[in-house]
Amino acid sequence: MELYQLSLKELIEGLKDKKFTRKEILVSFYTRIQKINPIVNAFLTVIGGNNWNDKEGELSGIPVGFKDIYVTKDIRTTAGSKVLENYIPQYNSTVVQKLVSKGATIVGKTNQDAWAHGSSGENSDFAPTKNPWNIDYVPGGSSSGSAVAVAAGMCPVAFGTDTGGSIRLPASFCNVVGLKPTYGRVSRYGIIAMASSHDSIGHFTRTVYDNALILNMTAGKDPCDATTSNTNVPDYTKNIKNGVKGLKIGLPKEYLAKGIDPNVEKIFKQVLQKYEGLGAKIIDISLPHTEYALAVYYIIQPSEVSSNLARYDGIRFGNDRNRFGQEAIRRIMLGTYTLSAGYYDAYYLKAMKVRTLLIQDFKKAYEKVDVIITPVSPTLPFKFGEKTDNPLAMYLSDILTVTMNLAGVPALSIPGGFVRGLPVGFQIVGPNFSEDLLYQVGYAYEQVTDWHKQKPKL
Amino acid sequence: MNNFEPIIGLEIHVELKTKSKMFCGCNADYFGHEPNTHCCPVCLGLPGALPVPNRRAVEWCVMLGLALNCEIPLLSKFDRKNYFYPDLPKGYQISQYDKPFCVNGWMEIYIKDVISNEVRNPGSIAAVKNIRFARSLANARDDNGSKKTIRIRRVHMEEDTGKLLHGVVNGEKCTLIDFNRSSVPLVEIVTEPDIRSSDEAKIFLKKLYQIIRYLGISDADMVKGSMRLEPNISVGIAASPSAPRNDNNKESELPSYKVEVKNINSFNFVKKAIDYEIERQIEILERGEIPKQETRGWDEKKGITYSQRSKEEAHDYRYFPEPDIPPIRWTTDQITKYKLQIPELPDKKLKRFIKEYGLSEYDAAILTEEKEVAEYYESGIKNYELRIKNEKVNITPKIIANWIINKKVNISRVTPEELVKLISQKQQTVQIDEKELDKIIDEILSDNQKAVNDYKAGKTQVLMFLLGMVMRGLAGKGDTALIRKLLEKRLQ
Repeated sequence: MELYQLSLKELIEGLKDKKFTRKEILVSFYTRIQKINPIVNAFLTVIGGNNWNDKEGELSGIPVGFKDIYVTKDIRTTAGSKVLENYIPQYNSTVVQKLVSKGATIVGKTNQDAWAHGSSGENSDFAPTKNPWNIDYVPGGSSSGSAVAVAAGMCPVAFGTDTGGSIRLPASFCNVVGLKPTYGRVSRYGIIAMASSHDSIGHFTRTVYDNALILNMTAGKDPCDATTSNTNVPDYTKNIKNGVKGLKIGLPKEYLAKGIDPNVEKIFKQVLQKYEGLGAKIIDISLPHTEYALAVYYIIQPSEVSSNLARYDGIRFGNDRNRFGQEAIRRIMLGTYTLSAGYYDAYYLKAMKVRTLLIQDFKKAYEKVDVIITPVSPTLPFKFGEKTDNPLAMYLSDILTVTMNLAGVPALSIPGGFVRGLPVGFQIVGPNFSEDLLYQVGYAYEQVTDWHKQKPKL
Repeated sequence: MNNFEPIIGLEIHVELKTKSKMFCGCNADYFGHEPNTHCCPVCLGLPGALPVPNRRAVEWCVMLGLALNCEIPLLSKFDRKNYFYPDLPKGYQISQYDKPFCVNGWMEIYIKDVISNEVRNPGSIAAVKNIRFARSLANARDDNGSKKTIRIRRVHMEEDTGKLLHGVVNGEKCTLIDFNRSSVPLVEIVTEPDIRSSDEAKIFLKKLYQIIRYLGISDADMVKGSMRLEPNISVGIAASPSAPRNDNNKESELPSYKVEVKNINSFNFVKKAIDYEIERQIEILERGEIPKQETRGWDEKKGITYSQRSKEEAHDYRYFPEPDIPPIRWTTDQITKYKLQIPELPDKKLKRFIKEYGLSEYDAAILTEEKEVAEYYESGIKNYELRIKNEKVNITPKIIANWIINKKVNISRVTPEELVKLISQKQQTVQIDEKELDKIIDEILSDNQKAVNDYKAGKTQVLMFLLGMVMRGLAGKGDTALIRKLLEKRLQ
């Protein structure tokens, strides 16, 4: 087995046991990137050569990829947009700094939909990333490159952002584990803002355990981000093996309504059976305001986007505004409209009220159940070009994921099987700051399945 | 003829003198520093940077609100005010929209006699003194006609912008941006349209300035731009000449337009700009037209206002809650704590000085004009109280007040201890005169009967001889002018 096929845990343990060296690990991954990246276009910038982080720490010798929306000191950061084609930041985002100070080596910056606007990766201004399971298919977005980098063995850990499903959807489409943490669990400082009240800072790994290991390092209060929480950061690996016996898993009826691909539904039913087999109780629940979530999301999110993109005026850095792509322009227009005098009350304010109802939906549900599980995407991964002419159809890809961003709750996307060689994932959703429970539930499933062990043939 | 009545509201921006900026750790003391040396990713609005509010600045904003008798809502939040300008790096200013820190306050000003006095002596130094005097009189009489309440609509917190510099670089005309001022804490105070004249506006502003300086939250230095003034002016028609509209609850009758004059940097210019606007607007109204709602600038050289932006060009700021900063929730205990931190303010101090130290209104007003002077004065009094015990000198608070007011003591050079020492030395000299002078003069006159006779016969030059004798008797400690006067009186 090649080193690039190992999980983070295996790499760390192997280093400890002196089975291989840090250099061997890094060379193995770099060689893999050189070979695979031209095929899948996961990295926009590869930091090659001998730029290895020689800092001693838990992650010394471990290669890590960052979505190109994380600002990295002295390393070009584009947010997937031609506006920032040549932008080189002055500082590191908090998460990058945390990882680098633990010895991680940044191997590159990963491809994405420009400004994180998109569900397929096709909105990247630098050509889309391809799904390693079938390069005619989209990998999901917007954190496409990071999901693919992990799925294709180009790094064991890669970071993304999830504003409406941008980690969970590509995780599901690429057969990797993706976490959207609780809003405020991980610092947003130094991550180019998309929709500030939704942006959640998470990561992709090949296993649930690896994912927990990384959250141990990224979670916590950041004095530079006023929205981070003081809530205690537990050891997320501590209870991971506790199983699901007696656990109450909620099944919200709204998430299996019409519009779900029967193939996806079939896989999801098998997941439920597995959990029942492990001793969990599946309980039917309702999240009654779910049907409004996508509409609410497409009011609040573009409103924040329109304001967040205002600084890219070409005066101090970056190219001028005519480099904005169609999707960014669409959201700037939508958001400017919904915030305008005379429309604010009818759109933004109303949407914020419904957002409160969505938060209450979850609160009420968690009085009855411990976690909720749902599919991640209503469809299988789709082909390039299938939805690019129809923005609304593209927006519908996020119908099962945006609600968690509106409510702020955490969700973990886990590989759940394959249909015609294409991955299908499901998500475990918990109350605020219950990531340890999500890992426990995800780990239990992972131990009795081998989806995560499957590798794409490239 | 119509009975026109000016309707004036004020918006005042004040930069707080906190150590660091409003949303980052950069040094907020930017004035006079090399451009772009007090900046970081946050105040430059670089991609990914996030604001973290400055606790001290927020506390000071609340304290100013409390000093202006505002209510402090227990829930408050920041909002984004979106507009484009090159000095605004994020494309929005973090401000407060519908949930400001402080609302519904008021301030009392003393007004009636001021105007008559100032009109009598326009522009003179005496007029300035008369303001204080008149205020004191008004205060003393507690005359309702001369006391006026100006309501404060809100006091909120925001951030300052960068600054554009127009210059020539390599022979090319260009505009440069200095971000040192970007994100310096700024408080905005907005009054209700309760002001009816340029004099009232000026008095209000001076008192606001005084309170801000008392709180020690800003230098409010208008030359440096740390206090910026924007009057909103319109002219209405009063109900009848005998019943001028001066109550505060008739918003429904406000004129249909208003003119905002932007960024004025002195109280006198505010007064002039208001007077100019009133005249300009009345002229338009007398033609039967309505002045345009617009923003105007103030040309201090020409002494006129000029049109900058009309109502149609007004921005739609697209305010919405700032998602990067959680809402702020106060407890009533916290508010009480801030209340206790507010120092004694000018009005209260003035009343106390009168009562406690037996000062005239006039003296008390001068001594309380600035907090430093008032504190200096009281420190002097504490010192003299000690000296009374130890040295049995006869100094009164009134005497210390006279010294500070009339002899213009340099309070930064002479400590209160030194001042009291100085006064008591002088006092001791005078005391000898009072008690022993009569006795000594009696002795000298009876011992020198010839000289007395010579003087009475017309040889007035012998006075100098007698004076010298008295001075010798006093061992040189006497006040010659006084002795001369006493001798002349005795020799008449």
